[in-house]
Amino acid sequence: MSSIIKYFSGLFTGIRSLLGGMAVTWKELWTKKVTQQYPENRDTLVISDRFRCELTMPHDENNEHACTACGICEMNCPNGTITVKSKMIETEDGKKKKILDAYIWDLGMCTFCNLCVLTCPSSAIKFNNTYENAVFTRSKLVQQLNHEGSKLREKKKEVKPVVPVVTSKAPDVALETEVKTPNVEVKAPASSSEVTETPIASVIAAVKESKTEVAEPIVTPIAPAKEQETKAETTEN
Amino acid sequence: MQQPLEISNVTTWLDTTLRSSLPSVWVILIECVLVGVALLVAYAVIALILIYVERKITAFFQARFGPNRVGKYGILQSVADMIKILLKEIIKINRVDRFLFFAAPFFMIIASMLTFGAIPFGQGLHAVDFNIGVLYVTAVSSLGIIGILLAGWSSNNKYSMIGAMRSGAQFVSYELSAGFALMTIVVLAGTMQFSSMIEGQRYCWNLFNGHISSLVAFILYLISGHAETNRGPFDLPEAESELTAGYHTEYSGLQFGFYYLAEYLNMFIIASIATTVFLGGYMPIQIHGWDGFNQIMTYIPTYVWFFGKTAVLIFLSLWVRWSFPRLRIDQLLNLEWKYLLPINLVNIVVMVIIVLTGLTLTDLFPGLF
Repeated sequence: MSSIIKYFSGLFTGIRSLLGGMAVTWKELWTKKVTQQYPENRDTLVISDRFRCELTMPHDENNEHACTACGICEMNCPNGTITVKSKMIETEDGKKKKILDAYIWDLGMCTFCNLCVLTCPSSAIKFNNTYENAVFTRSKLVQQLNHEGSKLREKKKEVKPVVPVVTSKAPDVALETEVKTPNVEVKAPASSSEVTETPIASVIAAVKESKTEVAEPIVTPIAPAKEQETKAETTEN
Repeated sequence: MQQPLEISNVTTWLDTTLRSSLPSVWVILIECVLVGVALLVAYAVIALILIYVERKITAFFQARFGPNRVGKYGILQSVADMIKILLKEIIKINRVDRFLFFAAPFFMIIASMLTFGAIPFGQGLHAVDFNIGVLYVTAVSSLGIIGILLAGWSSNNKYSMIGAMRSGAQFVSYELSAGFALMTIVVLAGTMQFSSMIEGQRYCWNLFNGHISSLVAFILYLISGHAETNRGPFDLPEAESELTAGYHTEYSGLQFGFYYLAEYLNMFIIASIATTVFLGGYMPIQIHGWDGFNQIMTYIPTYVWFFGKTAVLIFLSLWVRWSFPRLRIDQLLNLEWKYLLPINLVNIVVMVIIVLTGLTLTDLFPGLF
């Protein structure tokens, strides 16, 4: 008896669920079409700002960029997409200085991993979202990112004294401990949490400033070291 | 009462002019050729339209646009596809049974073509009006399975073979249900001839005339007919994920085109038989006593009525196809042998009782229907 009840209840629940399914697809039939009609919708197409399409080196209105030709991006690039060509010049006060000659990026080899942008100490490069990168020959994929006649943006001298004024005492201490003595790090967050009124943005700014300060002396020796290595290799060869 | 838009006007005019100038043997010969050509052209054109409509409606069910690049709204897409398929190479495959391999698509296309000829498209648009029309259609449409089985066997390929065997099991099972559902209506209509069946549905469609029993038979016929065409949730003979393409895996070019065409035409044939048997065929909607209304309805040509009703059923079939997931082979056979067939057998008995005891709508309300 129970099997007969099961048979008929199964039949009718089956029919009901099938009709429910058809109701769902009926609604779906009248929904708005989601297809993006690409070449026609160029004007209204929204590409996320975070979408990585093309590496660029932002230049300001004076045709100046922020690249110090340190070569960190080149070292971090997993498949040799970036070539930083630098040259030595002599400044007017007689110092020797390394500046950027040509920043070559090969779109055809890039995996868009963003490591170059993340590791750039002076935020000189970034990925933008211009996605129409198709060209007819492979050679056009190799691009020089620094503009013709561009030069390194000079550091503003008055920025440095501003830093301690903006940040309060506690984060400053934290920064110092972070940079100089890693052992005291445990103490640092506690002190910063005590001073809750400190705006986070200023702390971040301070961190950034201190990082660039610290980074520069570290970075500069690396690039020549690498040059020496390559030189050594060439001589061996 | 002559309607100006009927195609039967043209055909009768052609017949009288031919007969006035030629001996009747030649007239019959010429008319046979003309009918054959007309059917073949209709076959191809309907298939092309169906392919376009199917792709478009499928797209709408999936919230996209479908073909919209070739011609306005992509209307020439299926024509372009046809040209492509005609130009493709027919590949000769090693170690197939050459004769059966090449013969198989013809079985498929001939079976659906034979059925196609017996469908009444409109008043006077009926190639052969057998007095056993329903029986003929059921018999001939089941020949198509031979084409599928031969294709699977001769391809010398396990996927094709499994697909063909699944298709065979499915077709034989569901043919039974479809036949019983049609038989239910034959009991109600008292005739197997399509034209008199349609004439009998002038004021009340068979779908309503036999109320409960007819409705059940209609749904059973739609389900089993849908299964016979190897589409929708019953497309496991072609299950891409398991069998690449099932029985037509090894076919290319025009031979594949034959299978493709036959699939769409079978869908159309199932829908048109359901229209003829259940929904009054080409008969316009007529209501007892509303003479003005009836007059207006008859001004719409009968073939428009036929294709309109068929289009509704085809849409239903597409709707089902894009709603439900594919059945497993055991579920498929369960559905047929445990549900559809017993219900069908009971349904025939119920229909016989309804007809014998005078419980049909025409018997109950003689003035109304």
